[in-house]
Amino acid sequence: MRFMMLIHHDEAALTAAVQKELGTEYGAFMEALAKAEGCTAGNRLQSSSTATTVRQQDGKTSVLDGPYADTKEQLAGYYIVDVPSLDEAIVWAKRCPSSKYGSIEIRPILEPQASWKR
Amino acid sequence: MLAGEAGRAAERVARESYGRLVAFLAARTRDVAGAEDALSEAFAAALRTWPVDGVPDNPDAWLLTAARRRQLDAVSRMQTRKAGEEHVQLVAEEIAAMTNERDAIPDRRLALMFACAHPAIERGMRAPLILQTILGLNAEDIAAAFLLPPGTMGQRLVRAKTRIRDAGIPFRVPDPKELPERLADVLDAIYAAYTKGWNEVGDDAIPELADEAIWLGRLIVSLLPDEPEAKGMLALMLYTAARCAARRDASGAYVPLEQQDTRLWDASLIALAENLLHQANRAGPSGRYQIEAAIQSAHVARRLTGRSNWPAVVALYDHLLARTGSPVVILNRAVARAEVDGPRAALADLTPLAADKRMLSYQPYWAAKGHLLSRAGDLVPAAEALTVAIGLTTDEAVKGYLLRRLATLVN
Repeated sequence: MRFMMLIHHDEAALTAAVQKELGTEYGAFMEALAKAEGCTAGNRLQSSSTATTVRQQDGKTSVLDGPYADTKEQLAGYYIVDVPSLDEAIVWAKRCPSSKYGSIEIRPILEPQASWKR
Repeated sequence: MLAGEAGRAAERVARESYGRLVAFLAARTRDVAGAEDALSEAFAAALRTWPVDGVPDNPDAWLLTAARRRQLDAVSRMQTRKAGEEHVQLVAEEIAAMTNERDAIPDRRLALMFACAHPAIERGMRAPLILQTILGLNAEDIAAAFLLPPGTMGQRLVRAKTRIRDAGIPFRVPDPKELPERLADVLDAIYAAYTKGWNEVGDDAIPELADEAIWLGRLIVSLLPDEPEAKGMLALMLYTAARCAARRDASGAYVPLEQQDTRLWDASLIALAENLLHQANRAGPSGRYQIEAAIQSAHVARRLTGRSNWPAVVALYDHLLARTGSPVVILNRAVARAEVDGPRAALADLTPLAADKRMLSYQPYWAAKGHLLSRAGDLVPAAEALTVAIGLTTDEAVKGYLLRRLATLVN
């Protein structure tokens, strides 16, 4: 089962963390992820202040500055794990250093099904 | 409120009595969820009031009287609603019969444990089921210990209980012929709960789980006094529990076995474990838990006497490997063998594990590999292996220890 692990950071807490330690821990996490079968490292995003949000409604397109929701924790990156069940995905969330600076949302990936290809 | 100690004792009596009543009722009605449901309010009231007012003279009778009152309510509600829930009626009748029983309620907890750890129940749910039905732990606490959302754990528990009822899983202690294999499943479930509690020291919710598992271990030894494997498992848990206080230093940092201050070990628990192991060894052939307990006994003896006994430890691992063929045993054996034949021989023993995909995200594999490679002087691959181990570690104290080791390698 594939899961997308959505990292949401409290950007203030992250800034306050000791950057060198976090770097080492993150490097180790990425190494472990690279070794595990079917898992991919994903990407880290730039801060939410760089976000632009686009929406089409009633034939009108609005383009706004900033993230789509103004919350304390912001989407900061993602990675993908391929594991037998949710239980193992939760362990992979706990391993990720980001879980200490925000939260990790685990979402099963909707796999394309044969019937869609008709 | 009574002092903590007395409060805990009262809670224990409540859990003991609750588990016995649930087991008896479930064995009669074949309905675990119905039995829990019938007793849940009475049990909650006991957990609230006994630590304050003291334990009643007859805890079973107290719980049954409280449960009976509630069950009568349920029956009268049922009649007005006309819902066809016959089991509510059935449970009410059983409780009424138990309340009027003059003799002590027979202890059917062993039968219930065998039902919970039946091969038809998903392996991962056996420990949670036992913790809930025998000890009355709630789904939230079990979920926290097993790192799952409470709703998910709750659903899985409900499904497992439905399965016990619908799949015709028997409430009985297996025949002597089947007993060893079926007992192994029960012991594995209890030990799984223990290792959960043991490994994740950092999480506040979890250490209590190790205590609960030890309590279940004592229970099963008392109910099956002639089974050496049950004693072996309890001994194994007690040996490691005895070292609990020594595993972290004053600042919370991880301390490996060879560097632990043995004065912090709990001598009474070790004596208890030694005694159990001795009895188990006298009773018959060795099983998995007996051998693992013997390995722990050897570790304790080495640290206390200062005399090396690594060849004996390797020999015990040889027995265990012949019995289980498990990659985890190959790994532990290799680590012990390094102390006898050096890190190169141990690394050669690990070679077959490299092809095992499960090892790729198994933290102890990478930690051991890093440790052995650094002792062999292969510093670059050692650093790589340690890095992967750090990435796989969830315990902060262990992570800190490995990070410091990595730093000494790199410098």
